[in-house]
Amino acid sequence: MSKDKIICQNLKVAYGEKVIIKSADFSVKENDIFIIMGGSGSGKSSLLRVLTGLMPPAGGTFYINGTDYPKADEAQKLEIMKKVGILYQSGGLFSSMTLAENIALPLQKYSDYPTDVIDELVNLKLSLVGLGGFGDYYPAEISGGMKKRAGLARALALDPEIVYFDEPSAGLDPVSSARLDNLMKDINQNLGTTLVVVTHELESIFAIGSNSVFLDAESKTITAQGNPHELLKNPPDENVYNFLTRGKADEKRTK
Amino acid sequence: MQNLMFNINQDILEIALNGDFLHFSANPDVYEAANEKRVKNIVVDGQNIKKWDSSLLLILFELSRIAQKRRIGLKTKSLPDGLNRMLNLALAVKPHTDIIRSEKSGFLERLGSKGWEIYQTVIKGLKFVSESFGSLSQFAKGRAVMRKVDFLFALEDCGPKAVGIVSLISFMVGLILAFVGAIQLKTFGAQIYVASLVTIGMTRIMGAIMVGVIMAGRTGASFAATLGTMQVNEEIDALKTMGIPTTDFLILPRLSALAITMPFLTILADFAGILGGAFVGIVLLDISAGEYWKYAWDAWSMTNFWVGVFHGFVFGFIIALCGCYYGVNSGRNADGVGVATTRAVVSSIVWMIVATGIITVIFERLGL
Repeated sequence: MSKDKIICQNLKVAYGEKVIIKSADFSVKENDIFIIMGGSGSGKSSLLRVLTGLMPPAGGTFYINGTDYPKADEAQKLEIMKKVGILYQSGGLFSSMTLAENIALPLQKYSDYPTDVIDELVNLKLSLVGLGGFGDYYPAEISGGMKKRAGLARALALDPEIVYFDEPSAGLDPVSSARLDNLMKDINQNLGTTLVVVTHELESIFAIGSNSVFLDAESKTITAQGNPHELLKNPPDENVYNFLTRGKADEKRTK
Repeated sequence: MQNLMFNINQDILEIALNGDFLHFSANPDVYEAANEKRVKNIVVDGQNIKKWDSSLLLILFELSRIAQKRRIGLKTKSLPDGLNRMLNLALAVKPHTDIIRSEKSGFLERLGSKGWEIYQTVIKGLKFVSESFGSLSQFAKGRAVMRKVDFLFALEDCGPKAVGIVSLISFMVGLILAFVGAIQLKTFGAQIYVASLVTIGMTRIMGAIMVGVIMAGRTGASFAATLGTMQVNEEIDALKTMGIPTTDFLILPRLSALAITMPFLTILADFAGILGGAFVGIVLLDISAGEYWKYAWDAWSMTNFWVGVFHGFVFGFIIALCGCYYGVNSGRNADGVGVATTRAVVSSIVWMIVATGIITVIFERLGL
């Protein structure tokens, strides 16, 4: 049986007194492509900020590889985050560096590879995401889809066990979006990386998701968990059905 | 016949809609009637509606909300299909009550929260300053992660690229100082002392202040805007999650570059200002060049010169710290970057004035 990579227990997300998620309980299994889905304003990105350590939880806790992350000391947190890659919505590439320098940065910081090995690793990661030869380009010189892929290459630099994706399809045309989905599946299947994807793109959800949670903006809780296809067959409530069918419940109501 | 007619029949408010409803405004009496206590049901008959726009939808929407609020029934009869669908769509999602602001808090509560906010800001600022100096000391020990290229880029931006504007503005300030001084000194026939005035003024403080103001507007604002944009683009988030200290990576190159270049720019400003004064003295006040430079040299003091350079050095830290602090703490939108830039410049200038006051008192006590 595959082990749990991430476990959230009664996790509460809030900005000051404004509660975004009252309580979230779920676990992400090893080698899952785990989707965190929900409508706009449901707290998906805020949950991701908590899970990536950018924001402390307002209550509850979460475990990464069995370690209670909020209670861990800085050194432990750093060790955990070395095994985690993140692809930001806008790519999060450093604009003053070339793609190669962006990808080399975590390798220079956390590995003791000599410079020539780092250069080769950078080329490998770039090729892995279909950007071989673009190492000398600056982020401003490439398209949105390429920025995402370059961001993914950087996220994969240290061969992470978990990669978080924040709205990977946002701003991409359907073809680039499908390519990125395929790339994510390839990484998951071939590298055994656990992927946690925050998205509301239905096509991506059904194409890649092996497990998921649905964040409900009204109740501010998780109202559904499971494989997205199963949730579509047996939606637990109207909001989930509405989300997974692009608003069919609304359509019926307004007819 | 009126477009909207209504009457209360026992406990039912009957509303009949006839004809066109384009840019139509309803008689407020209909809402008052819907709010009457005896009304338990509202029935809207729309079979004679011809043309309609959002103004009719608004009336039905208002009536529906009154009905919802009062928990009474609302029935619609023979409404045009499109109108019915739009009304259902408008009512489908409940208004988000949690975004309605809480009631206005009292004076003491507001005072308290403002005080707490100021306290938090001060603590955050002090933490930032101590982290930055900590990073600087780590750098001195060779342990900080700073890319050489970032440092050189910041050095070029803060140094050679600022030479033109610093020279021009300082020359003009020296010129103005000499002009204003000459007007007063002429009345005593002592215009020759313009040379002393400009030399002492520029070297002691004016050179450093002018460079401070120029660099706060030029470089401090640029630091805040660059780092603020990095915040918007999630570049700072990426650094944090990689475990790379933002102070080492982003602030240290800027802080050290400005601290190094500011004393040199101050020296440049001193000489440019003295040249501006000489231009007024020699060309416009008819003082001979030899006489002007003799008086300027007599007024020259190395103490004043080093005091000015020290001011420049301190101002470099202030400008870099203010620019970087507001940059990394910028809001995550375009407006946030604008606010961060403004605050960086304003606070740099305020802190420079405060620092000047403190340094002046200390040097006064030391007899410098």
